[in-house]
Amino acid sequence: METKKTSLYQLHQDYNAKFVEFAGYQMPIQYSEGIVEEHKFTRNHSGIFDVSHMGQLFIYGGDELIRDLEKIFPLDLKNLKLNHSKYSFLMDKDAGIQDDLIITKINEGFLIILNAACKDNDFKILKELLKEKYKMVLDENRSLIAIQGPKSSQILNDVIDGVKDLNFMSGNWFLFDNQKVYITRSGYTGEDGFEISISNNFVSKLTRELIDKGSKLVGLGARDTLRLEAGLCLYGNDLDKEKTPVEANLKWAISKERISKGDFIGSDIIIKQLNNGVTKIRVGIKPEGRVIAREKTKIFNQSDAHIGEITSGTFGPSVNGPVAMGYVENEFSKKNTKVFLEVRGKKHAASICSLPFYKKSYVKGSNE
Amino acid sequence: MSEVKYSKEHEWIRLEGDIATIGITQHATELLGDIVFAELPEKGSKLEKDGTAGVVESTKAASDVYTPVGGEVVETNPSIVDNPSIINQDPENIAWFFKLRIKDKSEMDSLMSKDEYDKFAKETTT
Repeated sequence: METKKTSLYQLHQDYNAKFVEFAGYQMPIQYSEGIVEEHKFTRNHSGIFDVSHMGQLFIYGGDELIRDLEKIFPLDLKNLKLNHSKYSFLMDKDAGIQDDLIITKINEGFLIILNAACKDNDFKILKELLKEKYKMVLDENRSLIAIQGPKSSQILNDVIDGVKDLNFMSGNWFLFDNQKVYITRSGYTGEDGFEISISNNFVSKLTRELIDKGSKLVGLGARDTLRLEAGLCLYGNDLDKEKTPVEANLKWAISKERISKGDFIGSDIIIKQLNNGVTKIRVGIKPEGRVIAREKTKIFNQSDAHIGEITSGTFGPSVNGPVAMGYVENEFSKKNTKVFLEVRGKKHAASICSLPFYKKSYVKGSNE
Repeated sequence: MSEVKYSKEHEWIRLEGDIATIGITQHATELLGDIVFAELPEKGSKLEKDGTAGVVESTKAASDVYTPVGGEVVETNPSIVDNPSIINQDPENIAWFFKLRIKDKSEMDSLMSKDEYDKFAKETTT
């Protein structure tokens, strides 16, 4: 299968991107300044991410659609206000996570943002579950960019007036160059920011204007270090079909009202796990030294018993040290529990810690 | 000025008497990206030609560092462990990795000159 290119491919090339194949797309992993600089620039200023490989699924329908989607997602969708967003997951009947996603109520129905590697399968699953009753469009004509970091609100507002009034996890339609763009205040870096859904024909123009206003392109490499510092999961690493939302420590995203009724796919298992507990659970892991423990690193307890595995691990530029998350047996999941990570045949001390690794400091200078 | 030679694994080696100073090349650092971790061989350990001598990690991945000649490790550079980013800044000078007392100078013969290495690096990455 030929790898696809996003509408920003030429722009990435103009900015000397190094490309990597990701989920069937040629995506920029970094630009000339490198991952660490791009990471820090996002934390301190503003970074632009091309996430057009992700799926933008529009499902059109009214009250019946809401009822049908509630059979699928563990969300209180009938009380989700227009232009508000929720984080959720598509589960199988055993509550295994098939994808994690953001769902937004729009005028004519819902917009669901899906992971690139899962989107085609998700579309198939949802189409079947919804029995082809609704118009569903996995829109390939729209691009998706994220602008993240403390200066992003001002920069984007200079280009598209009014966006700075959006609240976190809410969105609206705006105009750019007479084109309708859908903007939500959200992101995946632990920073304030926005995600912008825009026609493929206008995405380069918008991105160039944002760069002119002081934002910079940031690649998938820094997106990964940013999201891991923020304690956010990457599907395929930290989440997959073998893990449930309760095991993934994401029960906050499941509506309490919906659990009490228990009528969604996977609800039997979810309710059982909430009542009886789980055997493994996702935790933050902080190595004591500088050694980086990457995915698939084995975790041991103090008596040298194998108790789990790292699912994401890297160097965190803002933490200035290694950071990781993984799954451990429940009894070893308490904060400050000492564990050992086997890297290149040697065991290295680490401890279980709370997430995120990096917390936003809102103390700012007076004249920015 | 002592002679500097290069390996296909992108190490440089400078021989003064029977002491060889070894590090990774500028080209290697460009391939790796931001280096955030370095692990060095232990002082006193004996390394074989082309054997593993350490590890460097970028934000993306870990890579082994090999020694282009065999010998006993007489000194290592702690500053690259404390501050790995200097490997990106000055890989062929300040950010040397380790020094070996080499046992067989003829092992240097198969290594590349600067010109040969530059050509090799260009050919293998395009």
